[in-house]
Amino acid sequence: MDWPDKKPGGLDASEKASLGKGVFKKCDGCGETLTTETLHTSFEVCTCGHHHKLSAARWRVLLLDDGHLDEWDAGLSPGDPLKFVDDKPYPERVATAKKGTKANEAIEIGHAKIHRKPIAYGSFVFSFMGGSMGSVVGDKIARLFERAAEEKLPVVLLSASGGARMQEGILSLMQMAKTVAARERHRDSGLPFLSVLLHPTTGGVAASFAFLGDVNLAETGALIGFAGPRVIETTIRQKLPDGFQKSEFLLEHGMVDRVVSRLDMREELAMLISHLCSSPRP
Amino acid sequence: MASYVLPFEKPVVELVTRVRELRELAESDRQYLPELRKLEEKTSKVARELFAELDPWQKVQLSRHPNRPYTMDYVPYLFQDFQELHGDRRFADDAALVCGVARYRGKSVVLVGHQKGRGAKDNVKRNFGMPHPEGYRKAQRMYELASRFSLPILTFIDTPGAYPGLGAEERGQSEAIGSCLAAMSRARVPVIATIIGEGGSGGALALGVANRVHVLEYGTYSVISPEGCASILWKDGSKADVAAKSLRITAADLHDLGIVERIVEEPPGGAHQDTAQAAKFIDEALNAALTELSMKSADELVTQRYDRFRVLGAITSA
Ligand SMILES: [Zn+2]
Repeated sequence: MDWPDKKPGGLDASEKASLGKGVFKKCDGCGETLTTETLHTSFEVCTCGHHHKLSAARWRVLLLDDGHLDEWDAGLSPGDPLKFVDDKPYPERVATAKKGTKANEAIEIGHAKIHRKPIAYGSFVFSFMGGSMGSVVGDKIARLFERAAEEKLPVVLLSASGGARMQEGILSLMQMAKTVAARERHRDSGLPFLSVLLHPTTGGVAASFAFLGDVNLAETGALIGFAGPRVIETTIRQKLPDGFQKSEFLLEHGMVDRVVSRLDMREELAMLISHLCSSPRP
Repeated sequence: MASYVLPFEKPVVELVTRVRELRELAESDRQYLPELRKLEEKTSKVARELFAELDPWQKVQLSRHPNRPYTMDYVPYLFQDFQELHGDRRFADDAALVCGVARYRGKSVVLVGHQKGRGAKDNVKRNFGMPHPEGYRKAQRMYELASRFSLPILTFIDTPGAYPGLGAEERGQSEAIGSCLAAMSRARVPVIATIIGEGGSGGALALGVANRVHVLEYGTYSVISPEGCASILWKDGSKADVAAKSLRITAADLHDLGIVERIVEEPPGGAHQDTAQAAKFIDEALNAALTELSMKSADELVTQRYDRFRVLGAITSA
């Protein structure tokens, strides 16, 4: 397992302060107790190889040159087309998510570089309402593909989402059609779309653009599928076999090209881009 | 067909049944005609008044009514020379999704529709109208075929959703639906979708990336079933009626939200009371849309479809 070439191993003072030194976490894979600092430094990958969730902010640091994203359309917020209220009104739920995640929505997109190669980059913010795809997420993905086609950039898009955002009802379903159509326009530009499937990717995101990559990479140990395991268990009235819908299962069934450890992701993406963009386009 | 009556439709069903009986009598004896006209008017009025009061959850029940006409029930009324085309060329033929070529008002078209079963045995075969990946791959094949031979695509949406099962996941349900959406968005021909019953989530949308989308008066279209939504957001599956209202899934809601271009009227008491009349209304809407779309070039059709979905959503800029 290679470490990213240019990664700052340690933490700066502010990061240390915010982490709270001496806080411990049990690994979900091996059960060992680790300091949050150790996990942070290793991008939440345990020595046993288990991948814990990584924030969009840390993905930037891990993948992008200088950890830098020149963000596009950061200011978009959802309306409340349905006036949806469950145990609280939808706008309140969005406000809470904004506060809790310090993100504006469940995805960030923009211009970045990997190994000095310019790319259009998108990354879901799973902590923002489960990475659910509503109008803003759908629109930003469409903008990502459209702008990438215009500016002749490959697209690298990291998906982590529970699916459609129920609070936007049928309009969230329409985002599936919108994003796929935009992906198809980008396809016509002759530039690659590298789809990276993170834990978890299900529902409307899985069943739209996420499997339409020229190359699909699945992160080690991620849960990826159309229906969630509980829905399937309820439908078929039996327990699912071990490893069902895990990245390795998808590889075996021909749905992804490669299963990649998070720590190798930057190198893998860089190499794919260099292969797929090596020949001049007709 | 065993008849099934929902509690709230009982008074209308009784009237419709009497109309049907009287119509038979009037066919052999014209003296019943005036009485028939009167009863028809009354039925239409009562049905309209009663059904205008239906809440969204009741409309969901109508959209799933076991007697409701399914795709293949409409085929004889709408098409000539129908030839069903089977299989995805990969794994199997999925009977939950029917495809074929047919003549519509003298012109050849490609037809793709969900197909529910009637009764227990038929429903096993049709999997309650819930396709597996092979169904969506068959549909994708049809969209490409239609595009290649310049045949308009007419789809009929009626599914609880794509099937969530072991085999479906193993064979790539997600990829199959995603590819279906892609093929539809690329099709260089007019595409018209009609929601004839239940429009359940991504499994419905895979037939819904159209230039025009029509919904029958008691059809529904939703990102998630009201039961599913209730159990997730309200932690109580029995709150489906509340979820059905909140999700705004009725024909009128869909029209307000810009999801459908047209609401297609149903006969008094709903499509299941008179398939022939329902087919007539569907036909009128299809014909108008197809006539209009046939004036557009292939490029214009692809662009119009792109723009149609591109603007759907509710966004505020900060
Ligand atoms: Zn571990």
